[in-house]
Amino acid sequence: MARNIRLPDPTTESGTVKWVTIAVAGLFMAVVLFIPLLAVFLEAFRLGAGAFLAAITEPDALAAIRLTLLVAAISVPLNMVFGVAAAWAIAKYEFKGKAFLTTLIDLPFSVSPVIAGLVYVLLFGSGSVLGPIFNSAGLQVLFAVPGVVLATLFVTFPFVARELIPLMEDQGTGDEEAAISLGAGGWQTFWRVTLPNIKWGLLYGVLLCNARVMGEFGAVSVVSGRLRGETVTMPLQIEILYNEYNFSAAFAVAALLALLALVTLILKALLERVYGRDHAGGVRH
Amino acid sequence: MDVTVKNVRKEFGDFPALHDVSLDIRSGELIALLGPSGSGKTTLLRLIAGLDFPTEGAIYFGEDDASLKSVQERNIGFVFQHYALFRHMTVLDNVGFGLKVRKGRNRPAKPDIEKRARDLLEFVQLRGLEKRYPNQLSGGQRQRVALARALAIEPKVLLLDEPFGALDAQVRKELRRWLREVHESTGHTTVFVTHDQEEALELADRVVVMSQGRIEQVGKPDEVYDRPNSPTVFSFIGESSKLPVSINRGQVYFADRPLGLDAQGSADGEAELFFRPHDIEIVEDAGVAIVGIVAASRRTAGTRQVELEVGGAKERVEIEIPVDHPATAQTRIAFRPKRWSVFPSR
Repeated sequence: MARNIRLPDPTTESGTVKWVTIAVAGLFMAVVLFIPLLAVFLEAFRLGAGAFLAAITEPDALAAIRLTLLVAAISVPLNMVFGVAAAWAIAKYEFKGKAFLTTLIDLPFSVSPVIAGLVYVLLFGSGSVLGPIFNSAGLQVLFAVPGVVLATLFVTFPFVARELIPLMEDQGTGDEEAAISLGAGGWQTFWRVTLPNIKWGLLYGVLLCNARVMGEFGAVSVVSGRLRGETVTMPLQIEILYNEYNFSAAFAVAALLALLALVTLILKALLERVYGRDHAGGVRH
Repeated sequence: MDVTVKNVRKEFGDFPALHDVSLDIRSGELIALLGPSGSGKTTLLRLIAGLDFPTEGAIYFGEDDASLKSVQERNIGFVFQHYALFRHMTVLDNVGFGLKVRKGRNRPAKPDIEKRARDLLEFVQLRGLEKRYPNQLSGGQRQRVALARALAIEPKVLLLDEPFGALDAQVRKELRRWLREVHESTGHTTVFVTHDQEEALELADRVVVMSQGRIEQVGKPDEVYDRPNSPTVFSFIGESSKLPVSINRGQVYFADRPLGLDAQGSADGEAELFFRPHDIEIVEDAGVAIVGIVAASRRTAGTRQVELEVGGAKERVEIEIPVDHPATAQTRIAFRPKRWSVFPSR
């Protein structure tokens, strides 16, 4: 006679535990993430859509939006090129100082952005060596757009490289060797073999990099000098408006910035689905 | 295309991977580079391909010094151990890749490239899979695509790195026979690397046995199996048993007893006697024979493998005797190798 034994799956907890963990996670998300984000949008539209539009089309706000987009348009491509080059060097070659370079790439993650800004003040300030040289050449670095771009570059350069290094290390050099054995040159191999192999990872890294470029506050705040309409990016504009008790305008710009971040997040989620499907192709027959 | 490897040495950093290796490969030959892992066989293959460059020495393709040429200029077909198919391209695009990347006038027109790729897929018996991606193929199919891709550029030399290493035994046997047919119908000079001696003996015209960065022996399969020129080759290829013996006036002695075996010109002194476990005869007269006490005995297929303690239990040797032989019931067996080799002790 068969005994009918019913035991729970050894790795499954009871229903209570399940619901408690879900509730804790949900509550935490709500308090820390969702409610504040909602508050930003509510506050932005408190005085109506007209006031919101007026706040973001005001000249200083428009200048801030333009500068943020300009900085992104310069920094993201530069960091993309740098990221691919660094990941390529680290993943595909053996050389002295490789471990050091890998650590160095992580530096911006471990250093406070304020310090990153101060580094450029020291380098290009009036009392420095480089500052006067650039000034006499007619190029103002500190308290100008070049300084803002430099500080942003410093803070965001690990994103693409970090995303690509494990991917490229995992893929090895086999495909590249196959391509050159078939007669492909260096550029052909890069465009036709290497780049398609890393495209999803690269796009993902670029999105993360872009999100950080637009949102960077600390480093930019130190080097910008806050010349309204000239060196003020969106995060700085928000702070300025806030400090002037112009809350609804501050929240309007904040809502726009949050929207940009949300778009990035949605793109990332979409990419992950496509990326996942790409891999799932392996089990299809 | 003849390939000549002349006094090639290769070091990776301080590690010597190949010491002074020379080898002549004749046009149209199918050559196996055989050896245990770390013997330098893959390094030699990559040097011929131009994927690595020798520290010293040169490699000739025909009369040309190929060591001065890049991989692209050597026009070789290379099949990688893990296939290295381009995962984002269809099977058809993979096969056509080598023609598509050609420059200017050397590049065939698009329809011609596609036709050539289709013909090759037909040749490797993969018709109908043109639109598939590599991750939708089985291991054996991937291997065929990799071969078709390498053949597409009409290589002067075909190089294969452990071509069957990642496949299961059944597919491996099938592809082995098939590669032989491909070789015969294309007539390419083909070099393949393997650690599987059975594969090398079955498939190759000549086998190059390598060990520790050196070539131990080059010869037809029969030669390296029947007349191994060193203890390393003897123990690497096929089953082998060995005994420490001494040589006195051209005769082999074991534990101070003559075995009735000729020393094959070995000098007097300490030596090692090698023989195949199945290549022995059981003898009644224990006077001039190796006598041992049965220590273990296993049945494998048609024979019985018997492990004997000989020379006062100091040594163990393995022999194979037919299952129906009366000796299988004995606890003491006297035997003599029918064929043997003697190498001086090192």
